[in-house]
Amino acid sequence: MQTRQSNFNEIVMQAIFFLSALISVLAVLAICLFLFMRGIPAISEIGFTDFIFNEKWGPVNIPASYGILSMIVGSIYVTAGAIVIGVPIGLMCAIFLSEFCPDNIYKIVKPAVNLLAGIPSIIYGFFGMQVIVPFVRENFGGNGYSILSASIILGIMILPTIISISESSIRAVPESYAEGSYGIGATKEETVFKVMVPAAKSGILTSIILGIGRAIGETMAVVMVAGNAVMPLNKIELLKPIRTLTTNIVTEMSYASGLHESALISTGVVLFVFIIILNASLSLISSKTQRN
Amino acid sequence: MTDKIKIENVDLFYGDFQALKNVNMNIKENEITAFIGPSGCGKSTLLKSLNRMNDLIEGVKITGRILLDDVDIYKDMDATVLRRRVGMVFQKPNPFPMSIYENVAYGPKTHGVKGKAQLDEIVEKSLRSAAMWDEVKDRLKKSALGLSGGQQQRLCIARAFSVNPEVILLDEPTSALDPISTMKIEDLLVEIKKDYTIIIVTHNMQQATRISDKTAFFLVGEIIEFDETERLFSMPKNKKTEDYITGRFG
Repeated sequence: MQTRQSNFNEIVMQAIFFLSALISVLAVLAICLFLFMRGIPAISEIGFTDFIFNEKWGPVNIPASYGILSMIVGSIYVTAGAIVIGVPIGLMCAIFLSEFCPDNIYKIVKPAVNLLAGIPSIIYGFFGMQVIVPFVRENFGGNGYSILSASIILGIMILPTIISISESSIRAVPESYAEGSYGIGATKEETVFKVMVPAAKSGILTSIILGIGRAIGETMAVVMVAGNAVMPLNKIELLKPIRTLTTNIVTEMSYASGLHESALISTGVVLFVFIIILNASLSLISSKTQRN
Repeated sequence: MTDKIKIENVDLFYGDFQALKNVNMNIKENEITAFIGPSGCGKSTLLKSLNRMNDLIEGVKITGRILLDDVDIYKDMDATVLRRRVGMVFQKPNPFPMSIYENVAYGPKTHGVKGKAQLDEIVEKSLRSAAMWDEVKDRLKKSALGLSGGQQQRLCIARAFSVNPEVILLDEPTSALDPISTMKIEDLLVEIKKDYTIIIVTHNMQQATRISDKTAFFLVGEIIEFDETERLFSMPKNKKTEDYITGRFG
């Protein structure tokens, strides 16, 4: 009786765990299904090349045009800008925290980094609008709403991702590597930069890819500082406004209908494909790491 | 033969714990000196003091003098210079996660050797001295982590050779290895002692008798007996040494 009872409990618990696991899988499937079911027909109606490789976005023009190339390029630009700004700072911070930071400073910096991760994106956007946009306007020209402003804000936003994952991967490098390096007369700096950091490279790469994912998918902070004008490709400049895939959706969704609405969902499909590519490269890295 | 290393009145503390008590010892050039004794007796601690690896541990305090060629290594020598002259091989093989070539080239590179031809030469020479050139010459670009444990340890020895040291410290270098790899490393040490001064910490008393010229027996931070290996194992002067080597404790 006792064993039957505990067997029963075990089966129930297993079912609960299985269901919990199932829910996240179902959620992903449902989102994919929704996106592709609503997005793909619109892409075929507009025409794949006209949608992806056309820079002209005029959903209310007659005749309407639905090209998102300018936004794809915009997303890539602001993300690249975020990487250029965020990766060196984040990586240096991670190296400092894991290898050089005295305890009393660590106690201040680490919670600050964690807090940075928890700040809502609307606050980032607000900060960008009030501080970074005027700063860019006054120091670099233009009206401030620009690729540069978006890149700066996104660069700050991806810092916690890059810092915490890089830091823990550098910390996970066995101390025996450092000993081996010190043992042949290397200095602390040589040991850190030539042995410890290279040994953590797969973790560091992972942090950068997750940072890219965060930056490319960010919407609210970008919409508040990027100016959101659809720019023809030859007019895209660092100090000019830009529209990204995400901000295209959020700017127009409230009043779109019909093919216009579907085209916005298709914009989401393109974004989703980017994310899938990023995730695929992540699992590629981790499988490669495991093989070594 | 001249004294390569002189250890004079060395006391060493980890915080409040005294790990070495008034250690005095002279280590001769081109000999193999073995440190034996039960775990926690201070033999590894003394070994690590000889190239200041103890500096990396917080709360270590050392008094007395350790001289390398009559220069005080704690007062008058930079730790990086010291560690280039006094190389170290660790208990667990710890090759870097790089190619075999890069593992050996790392040391000379950090000490400023740049030319490819010169590095190639150093790598080959070091690997030959570690008796593994023929095994790895066709896969120098492969990761060192793909080598067997014994090969990894010999690679670490080659890495130690690469910066042209005068003294090589080995901290139980074969304790993680199989008997054949162990034998290879023992043969290697005997082979190279004509060019180096070698100090080896070992748990294995047969190993000490097989390869060392002198043996020091440690117990709770003190050197109980230090003598020619043959004499120490056949006619120990101290009762404690006798008890240990005959297996009565330890």
